[in-house]
Amino acid sequence: MPRAHRSRRLAADAGLLVAAGAFALPLAWVVLSALDPHADLRVKAPDGLTLGNFDAILTPDITLTPLRNSLILCGGATALTVVCAALAAYPLSRFRSRLNRPFLLTILFATSLPITAIMVPVYALFVRVNLIDTLQGTILFFAASQLPFAIWLMKNFMDGVPKELEEAAWTDGASSLQSLVRIVLPLMGPGVAVVTVFSFVMMWGNFFVPFMLLLTPDQLPASVSINEFFGNRGMVAYGQLAAFSVVYSTPVILLYVLVARRLGGGFALGGAVKG
Amino acid sequence: MTRRAPAAGRAPVKGGAPVPGRAPGTGRAGRIAGRVLTRALPLGPAVALLLLFLAGPIAYCAYIAFTDLQLTGQAHASFVGFDNFRTAFGDDAFLNAVWLTLVFTVLSSLVGQNTLGLALASLMRRASKPVRTLTGGIVITAWVLPEVVAGFLLYAFFRREGTLNAILDGLHLPTQNWLFTLPILAVSFANVWRGTAFSMLVYSAALDEIPQEITEAAEVDGAGGWRRMWHITLPMIRRSIGTNLMLNTLQTLSVFGLIWVMTRGGPGDRSQTLPLFMYEQAFQKSMIGYGTAVALLLLLVGSLFSLVYLRLLRTEV
Repeated sequence: MPRAHRSRRLAADAGLLVAAGAFALPLAWVVLSALDPHADLRVKAPDGLTLGNFDAILTPDITLTPLRNSLILCGGATALTVVCAALAAYPLSRFRSRLNRPFLLTILFATSLPITAIMVPVYALFVRVNLIDTLQGTILFFAASQLPFAIWLMKNFMDGVPKELEEAAWTDGASSLQSLVRIVLPLMGPGVAVVTVFSFVMMWGNFFVPFMLLLTPDQLPASVSINEFFGNRGMVAYGQLAAFSVVYSTPVILLYVLVARRLGGGFALGGAVKG
Repeated sequence: MTRRAPAAGRAPVKGGAPVPGRAPGTGRAGRIAGRVLTRALPLGPAVALLLLFLAGPIAYCAYIAFTDLQLTGQAHASFVGFDNFRTAFGDDAFLNAVWLTLVFTVLSSLVGQNTLGLALASLMRRASKPVRTLTGGIVITAWVLPEVVAGFLLYAFFRREGTLNAILDGLHLPTQNWLFTLPILAVSFANVWRGTAFSMLVYSAALDEIPQEITEAAEVDGAGGWRRMWHITLPMIRRSIGTNLMLNTLQTLSVFGLIWVMTRGGPGDRSQTLPLFMYEQAFQKSMIGYGTAVALLLLLVGSLFSLVYLRLLRTEV
């Protein structure tokens, strides 16, 4: 029944295009407004194209310092997360122990706890131990909050690397650390990339954590400073706000595309949701 | 970074089998204990971070929820028992926040993201490749965008001068100031816009695993689209549905930035869900103890969902 098949496909296409159109409207606004010298709040063809909005925001104060802060914060925390997760995943994946299962269940439980809920006590705690308003404190908390998921993902990717290669290295006298760094991690490059990109993207977009833990204006990452900007100037300068949003969002979109390309669609979720 | 002990080289000896030529007795138990320790050593940094920065705050949360700690820095907080919780359940603003959180979660997570995600995933199986790629790309972009940016985009969309009203106007339908008249509906839609991609990906993966023959057999038997969906597809992907609902709900319970950017919980408190209520009590009203009590309740609800999620996954761990 090729005809019924074709009409079903047309119906599906039509349905999807309607949904795609609805989802695209807000995205179209941000792209068009960023290029529009007279942007307002609705989607419309720009009155002439300009890069003036980007010119106006690409100053140290508005964009460059916050982006640098984001990079230090998320880069540092991601590095810490990935190193700790790789180390932790190794014994979980390689050695059998009665404690593995309870440990993994606790980790899995922690992946789904609402981090938002503990931010008030974290703030109170950080005030007491003098970590409030410090980059290192925020980096440590970021890493800890991302670790459960990173360990979980990393362990699952590591399980996919066959043990035989390492056993050869062990008999040659290599230590666990050596075989992890020289053999296992290179063989699971795509897995490490997924964990790295995923952690980085989650932190880059996170608003609440730095909003609570950092106070000094020139330490704030882009996720928080964009909010200040919006409150103070974005209310009138919509074009600039849109340009800022584009600049701030582009890195995570590129990173996502990079990883998704390498591993095929729906990559992280297959591993994340189904274990 | 932790330094490896030299004993790590003995790792290849597996299963605790006695090594010939070694002294029996206490030495063996000691050796095994030693090996277990060396093997567990790489867990050290992760465990330390998790204990200090995740378990620590949770324990601290459970403690200050029972005190009257304030932001103003009184000499020391005193223990007040269940007072904070009693206050909460007698506080109209708290009950309002609970109600709005419920509305927000049911509308945006259970109904919106879940149903729309399933609909998109099943349409994608039948659609042509370019349309599938285009739709997937747009929906996933909405998901990958930073939370605050998503907030701005949807703020612009729902404002009085925004895109939605422009479209309604074009269709000669009545317009209104959505963020003022129906703020909780606007933020719920925003969360659907932002979160549907996750459900879509989960369901795409789940539908891919249904064997082609089963669908075809049902088709030959004359089962129509809806009946196939209800009697075959849904039962076959029920595990994914459960997982997806749990994760969606947990994610939705902790949404803060999106609502903060769009409405700040207002106008008044008409879109103030629990995370925003908690923030307001703790920082704008300086009642850290009370705010934390609310946080603890949120954490308990989250843990409950988390446990259900673990049970759903149980056979797979």
